Amino acid sequence: MLKQNRNWTDNPILSVEHLTMRFGGLVAIDDLSFDVGRGDITALIGPNGAGKTTVFNCVTGFYKPTEGRIALRRDQHATDEALHELTRSGRQYSETDKGSIFLLERMTDFRITEVAGVARTFQNIRLFGGMTVLENLLVAQHNKLMRASGLTIGGLLGLPGYRRAADAAKDTAIEWLRRVDLLDRADDPAADLPYGAQRRLEIVRALCTDPVLLCLDEPAAGLNPRESTELNTLLKYIRDEHGVSVLLIEHDMGVVMEISDHIIVLDYGKKISDGTAAAVRSDPKVIAAYLGVDDEEVDDVERDLNVKTGHDATAGGSL
Amino acid sequence: MEYFLQQLINGITLGSIYGLIAIGYTMVYGIIGMINFAHGEIFMIGSFIALTVFLALAAIGVTFLPLVLLLMVIVAMVCTAAWGWTIERVAYRPLRGSFRLAPLITAIGMSIFLQNFVQITQGARVKPLPPQIQGGLILMNNPNGIVVQISWMQIIIIAMTIVLMAGFSLLISKTSLGRQQRACEQDRKMASLLGVNVDRTISLTFVIGASLAAVAGMMYLLYYGVIDFYIGFIAGVKAFTAAVLGGIGSLPGAMLGGLAIGLIETFWSGYFSVEYKDVAAFSILAIVLIFMPSGLLGRPEVEKV
Repeated sequence: MLKQNRNWTDNPILSVEHLTMRFGGLVAIDDLSFDVGRGDITALIGPNGAGKTTVFNCVTGFYKPTEGRIALRRDQHATDEALHELTRSGRQYSETDKGSIFLLERMTDFRITEVAGVARTFQNIRLFGGMTVLENLLVAQHNKLMRASGLTIGGLLGLPGYRRAADAAKDTAIEWLRRVDLLDRADDPAADLPYGAQRRLEIVRALCTDPVLLCLDEPAAGLNPRESTELNTLLKYIRDEHGVSVLLIEHDMGVVMEISDHIIVLDYGKKISDGTAAAVRSDPKVIAAYLGVDDEEVDDVERDLNVKTGHDATAGGSL
Repeated sequence: MEYFLQQLINGITLGSIYGLIAIGYTMVYGIIGMINFAHGEIFMIGSFIALTVFLALAAIGVTFLPLVLLLMVIVAMVCTAAWGWTIERVAYRPLRGSFRLAPLITAIGMSIFLQNFVQITQGARVKPLPPQIQGGLILMNNPNGIVVQISWMQIIIIAMTIVLMAGFSLLISKTSLGRQQRACEQDRKMASLLGVNVDRTISLTFVIGASLAAVAGMMYLLYYGVIDFYIGFIAGVKAFTAAVLGGIGSLPGAMLGGLAIGLIETFWSGYFSVEYKDVAAFSILAIVLIFMPSGLLGRPEVEKV
């Protein structure tokens, strides 16, 4: 079920503009601009070393970009003027009646999750293996709990306000566990789960932070076909029922093509294609990048592309 | 038999004090992988603060003992916690992310600084405190004149330790702060991605460790009746040993290690010679570590290849 409207130009939740990331002499991302539509599943694809994870690291505050702006608009009516104003003011974010905007490149890691509402998972599984499945989900909801417990003192004394918050947190966690079929393993150590279940748990743990944007780094890696299908269902459910926008890096083209509303293709830190699954699939540049052709041939392909789809590429491009 | 019982009681008392200090070592190690060598000095500062409160209260004529003890414990915990927080903020946080040995060196520096600071401000002479709580329960009184007794002070120390340990275990296992603490212990980066304020959690770890050490410091003061600026060193080394013996990073391990070191020391002095009690404690540590490299309750580190 692909949506026909172009959410990413009309109603972006995340706008990455002129992002550049250099590590010494190596340019990992080179003047990259793209938008992620609100309520879309957006896939970031590209050959190995294209800079996909680096983009994630910039968005989630792991890296400070060398240049560029990463703006997250929490609500729809955040205007461009408000964004310019915020950029000039030097502040990290503004929450006014003109809408909440967060400049992620100015924020540090835990604030991005706590205040802006961006959650992420990694390529490798990073669960808290020594804690139970349920506790993993409760850690993700600790901001609510800390406020309710008056910085722990209420929690120790078991005050009613904290109890209520704790029960609510547990309910949320149980709801998610039921959704991913892990309810019967709630009290087992997370490390004891099979691989596919750990992947699912990571995704719902990220969701327990109550994000508006969920960034998943290769969620289907190492899953068997049945598990990838379940993953597709879960991601669609997250998008459709919870209104969470999803940005994912994925190599499994079956997953990407089936669920993505919007695909961005990177190669050597540059965007080479941007559009719907159908548009990207037939883009000669993408094919060239994936099949690995000689430089000269790429030039040929690019010339072809400019002739054939030149106007299309600009329409789907950045601001 | 009576003699054994008496030594057992003494050993448990001493072990409780070591255990409370050892918690601070093991928690800090667990969360940032660093040995906080200044922790012994935190204990020493705790006992000095307790003494100061006692003298201040005596000067203004407050002598009702339960009130005095309560105020001593509260003020010592709060002020020592402030010290712990400040030390982390000033000496360790700026070095987070630099190479592993850097915070270790500042910890040693901090320890020397605190010792000298107390020596200069409080004087180098030992500070006595007349015994405040006397008497005790006579458990056994046999005709040969050997008496087994547990003093009120020992009861207070053991009871206080049990209460603190219970509260602390509850904090770690049941509250949100405890969960955050454990999460940071396992994967700091991931915890911060879930919105956990890692710096604040680390600060709170220091605060909790310091306040437990403050209670230990106060009980040391009341139990032995003399303190000086140097008590932190030996107590710190012993408590560190206890943490390693129990398995560093493991909280029940720290308590168990504390008890073990306390008992070894007491029994050795009771049955063999007082002079070699430290040798005995450290030899047993060495032997245990040869056969159980991760300590009594520590989890072995699994390295993925």
